[in-house]
Amino acid sequence: MKRDAITAASLGLCACHVCGLVSRPGTASTKAHCPRCGARLHFRKPHGAEQCWALLITAYILYLPANMMTIMETGSLVSYRKDTIMSGVVHLWLNGSMGIAIVVFIASIVVPLFKLLALTWLLISVRKRSKKLTIERTRLYRLVELVGRWSMLDIYVVTLLAALVQLQSLATVKAGPGAIAFGAVVVLTMFAAMRFDPRLIWDPLQKES
Amino acid sequence: MKEPPKSLVACPECDLLLREIDLEPGRTAVCRRCGAALYRNTTDSIYRTLALGLAAALLFIIANIYPILGIESQGNGSATNLYGAVGSLWDQKMHFISLLVFITTIVVPSLELSLLIYLLLPLRLGHVPPGLAPLMRFLQSIKPWGMVEVFMLGILVALVKLTDNFRIIPGVALWSFGGVTLLLAAVAATFNPRDVWAHLDWNSNKDEQP
Repeated sequence: MKRDAITAASLGLCACHVCGLVSRPGTASTKAHCPRCGARLHFRKPHGAEQCWALLITAYILYLPANMMTIMETGSLVSYRKDTIMSGVVHLWLNGSMGIAIVVFIASIVVPLFKLLALTWLLISVRKRSKKLTIERTRLYRLVELVGRWSMLDIYVVTLLAALVQLQSLATVKAGPGAIAFGAVVVLTMFAAMRFDPRLIWDPLQKES
Repeated sequence: MKEPPKSLVACPECDLLLREIDLEPGRTAVCRRCGAALYRNTTDSIYRTLALGLAAALLFIIANIYPILGIESQGNGSATNLYGAVGSLWDQKMHFISLLVFITTIVVPSLELSLLIYLLLPLRLGHVPPGLAPLMRFLQSIKPWGMVEVFMLGILVALVKLTDNFRIIPGVALWSFGGVTLLLAAVAATFNPRDVWAHLDWNSNKDEQP
């Protein structure tokens, strides 16, 4: 049954990505619109894989400065420190906030890396028209979409600290250039995940026709 | 060209063509092949979402005006609300980050809530608001960028980081943000776009009849 499953595209039908209505988009030359909500119809996200690659590669490049540059500068009468994302996590851990350290570690280090690697694997497997692990890959994609937003955590923390800790000579916190790169990585990987079309995972199962 | 019957659904994640089945209230239909959630049968979703959305909007206004946190140390102190935080990053020449925070915590959530109320209030009163289809489309496209729940976690982490060196004064907006987070989760759980689209179907059928 699995091999012969009928997809909408194989019958020339197209589901609207906004309202879900299944319709027949008519001749290929004209730009088709959903008869119910007016959204542009397309069988698969147009140039989805290419755009996903482009966004992903940019994110990989920015991933290095995001992790190596200073994300936060803390100054006070007695001390001055610069924190990268990782050193911030270590600092939290050593100060006894282990629970919060784990939360920040997952949101800022595990999630972005997981997203980059997962999307890379998905794109490569789709390109090779792999027929294996279709369910697992679809679930992986769902997970990528679900957890991506949580990487913004560190950006919000830096924002709040930089706004609050402005006590002239006593203590000040400033956001560092690493925060810009890190924010860009989060935004780029979110866009990349949106451009990936999970239906491409299943397309190789269709009989060649 | 013949239109296909209305009762077909295609899975958004694997494109499997399925025949729509009737659901008991509170149940969700999932794709047979890949397990993606297809549609839900929610009871009274427009009415309930409207109520939750109005409550969330009121609380969101409070959360935006009042201070979130204040700190104090040796007689010195400062407090900030959301706008203050965005503004202070802007002043530190962190324009990109400042905009990112502004969009994800202020612009998108307020657009989302006002659009929801604009769309659902007339539907509740029995007529279709102008621009329903494009606005629903817009609503769907901005949805991933509203991150109030992540911001809430950010407040908590900032709180923990500050407790070592400062006395913390929790602000009104801290509790309001907590409330907004819960209400927005409830909105997401009750809002069923399918019910809104069904209104459009029903209305266009009515227009066709004399």
